[in-house]
Amino acid sequence: MSKRYLTIWFPHLLTDWFSRRQPALHQVPLVVAAPDHGRLVIVSANALAQSQGIDTGLVVADARAIMPSLIVINNEPGLGNRLLKNMAEWCIRYSPLAGTDPPEGIVLDITGCAHLRGGEEKYLQHLTTRLSGFGYEVRTAIADTIGAAWAVNHFGPACPIIESGTQRAALLKLPPAALRLEAEVLDRLQKLGLNQIQDIIAMPRSALRRRFGQQLLQRFDQALGDQEEVTEPVIPLEAYQERLPCLEPISTAGGIAVALERLLDTLCQRLALEQKGLRTAIFKGYRLDGKIEQVSIGTNRGTHNTKHLFKLFEEKLPTIEPALGIELFTLDAPKVEELSVLQASLWQGVGGLEDNSIAELLDRLQNRVGEGHVHRYLPDQHHWPERSIKTAESLTETPSIAWNIHKPRPMQLLSKPEPIDVAAPVPDYPPMLFRFKGKLHTIKKSDGPERIEAEWWLEGGQHRDYYSVEDEEGNRYWLFRSGHYTADKTHQWFIHGYFS
Amino acid sequence: MPESRSALFNQLQQDILQLQGYKSNLAGNAVTLGLGPMLAAFPNHSFPIAAVHELICGGVEDAAATGGFLAGLIGGLMRSDGAAIWIGRSPTIFPPALNYFGIKPERVIFIDLQQEKDVLWAMEEALKCRGLAAVVGEIKELGFTASRRLQLAVEASRVTGFILRHQPRNLGANACVARWQVRSIPSEAVDGLPGIGFPRWQVDLAKVRNGKPGSWPVSWAAGRFAFATPKMAILPQVLKKKTG
Repeated sequence: MSKRYLTIWFPHLLTDWFSRRQPALHQVPLVVAAPDHGRLVIVSANALAQSQGIDTGLVVADARAIMPSLIVINNEPGLGNRLLKNMAEWCIRYSPLAGTDPPEGIVLDITGCAHLRGGEEKYLQHLTTRLSGFGYEVRTAIADTIGAAWAVNHFGPACPIIESGTQRAALLKLPPAALRLEAEVLDRLQKLGLNQIQDIIAMPRSALRRRFGQQLLQRFDQALGDQEEVTEPVIPLEAYQERLPCLEPISTAGGIAVALERLLDTLCQRLALEQKGLRTAIFKGYRLDGKIEQVSIGTNRGTHNTKHLFKLFEEKLPTIEPALGIELFTLDAPKVEELSVLQASLWQGVGGLEDNSIAELLDRLQNRVGEGHVHRYLPDQHHWPERSIKTAESLTETPSIAWNIHKPRPMQLLSKPEPIDVAAPVPDYPPMLFRFKGKLHTIKKSDGPERIEAEWWLEGGQHRDYYSVEDEEGNRYWLFRSGHYTADKTHQWFIHGYFS
Repeated sequence: MPESRSALFNQLQQDILQLQGYKSNLAGNAVTLGLGPMLAAFPNHSFPIAAVHELICGGVEDAAATGGFLAGLIGGLMRSDGAAIWIGRSPTIFPPALNYFGIKPERVIFIDLQQEKDVLWAMEEALKCRGLAAVVGEIKELGFTASRRLQLAVEASRVTGFILRHQPRNLGANACVARWQVRSIPSEAVDGLPGIGFPRWQVDLAKVRNGKPGSWPVSWAAGRFAFATPKMAILPQVLKKKTG
């Protein structure tokens, strides 16, 4: 299938933008000027100014001489590019591949898109009408190549659709400037009296290269389709993206759910074919008023289970505000991972962490309560109890080191050790009694000490001597003394946990 | 004919249990939790799996003791490759301690939720998931409706649920199959050795549906529940660990 490109040219992009904000400016000759080498040079002029012979490239002082009533607005740096980028993003509703063509153009790759609006003519008309409705003067053209479309767009006749394969004929009558050549080359062509493309198109290529450089030939090839030219999309195309344009704007919850279901169906079919599973998905709705509504979900394990994904989205669908209606839905899967069919079937109903149902359960929980609530712990390379565990990154991560099972560890660990008052007999003996939260515990039995050194390479502090003790009621505690026993009582005792 | 009459009674009892939703665990998938003399208290002489148990605890010490007993039960339910979910307000359980009760800590998923209603919702969702061996939820107050919902969830999925209730205000009736209370009691010295012995609890079964409540002193030794004083001879390797 041959490519089709649509180019949009805003002849008065900047002046139109200023006039949009101040409608009074429509009625007066207006130019936008930017400083250049110490002078103010016009970068954009509206139609009224142009009719007086004031055009881009003219110095403002000269223009004022021609027309004293001229209104000059200072340009904001980068404004033009920003406008183009926003326009290109808006155009994504017409084609996913929209790129900017500075200073005043947009290029859309509309291959396979035009039928959605009933043919290229209607497609072009729809786009042009919408853009004009915003207050911009636009010229558009469709052709097989970006070069041909650009040429016809800027220099061509009113009929802006070049049928597939006829770009050569369409270019013949146009001036060489339509080929997007450098000013120097254009000058030389003009001096030689070559005013139309048909004058040079038949010349031998070697002669053209010698006289005008490689660029001329390259532009020829690009316009005729012998050399491929691509535009860089403003939003990089998602590898896994499904689109659903709607004939009528959709504004009901039921309609949105149906759209989501259809998108999920097609995306999951594709994923299943490629044996992939998605980890994150974003569902977007492009509203009539230009706003984009979106919801996103994440999963713990790659999946292409339509039902499960729909369930995850279902909770968030009410947050989509359709307002006047949504005209286009897209579903992106930015994060996709390989998934073996064999594994998927093995995981079905085996029980344990590998079971798919658990991954799906965690997806639902995370989806509802948000990130940071679901944890799984693995041993970490630290002896310090608070740091001896770490959170697992994923559901499939396995411990890299073995759990330390040779030392007793309490069932409940206080997040921060609490100071206690103790009565301990001699150095290195466990306390005889301790007081915690106003209650006195008499210690009947004890084990220890287990010395755990402070990790001096991480932080300062004393080592800890841990004792497990049991009081007269049978409750078991984990106590420690911070640092060595000293006669001047600078050491402190703490409680750090409860044994079962 | 007293013998045939008692046989008839037994048969009727079995039928009633069947009607009440109790599946006999003797059909090949019996779990052996090593509960020994406790089993006499349960219907069918088997620990009720696919049911929701309720564990009441008072202070932090009780919570630790209950956690230990519960970990012993869950360890038996999970066997070697099962998975469990522990839903609570904040991470209270220190995962490495689970090793001692035969649970691989990395096979337990902890979910920290602040709101009680979120915990209930998460617990119900988790109980519907057939891939899990056990689900623990830390819920302070449990009404009848909520407990009934949990019970319905487990009847379909055959997952065993445990509800840990810290200092509950009212202990009304609910649909839980059993109500437990676990307190620490002084450990017994093993063969006169000094130091702390094995974890030992007084386990009260305050309520059990279709069973007989009771109370037992239980200790955890050599990776299983022990109902008598453990002897040195059966656990040399564990003792070595503790003294080393």
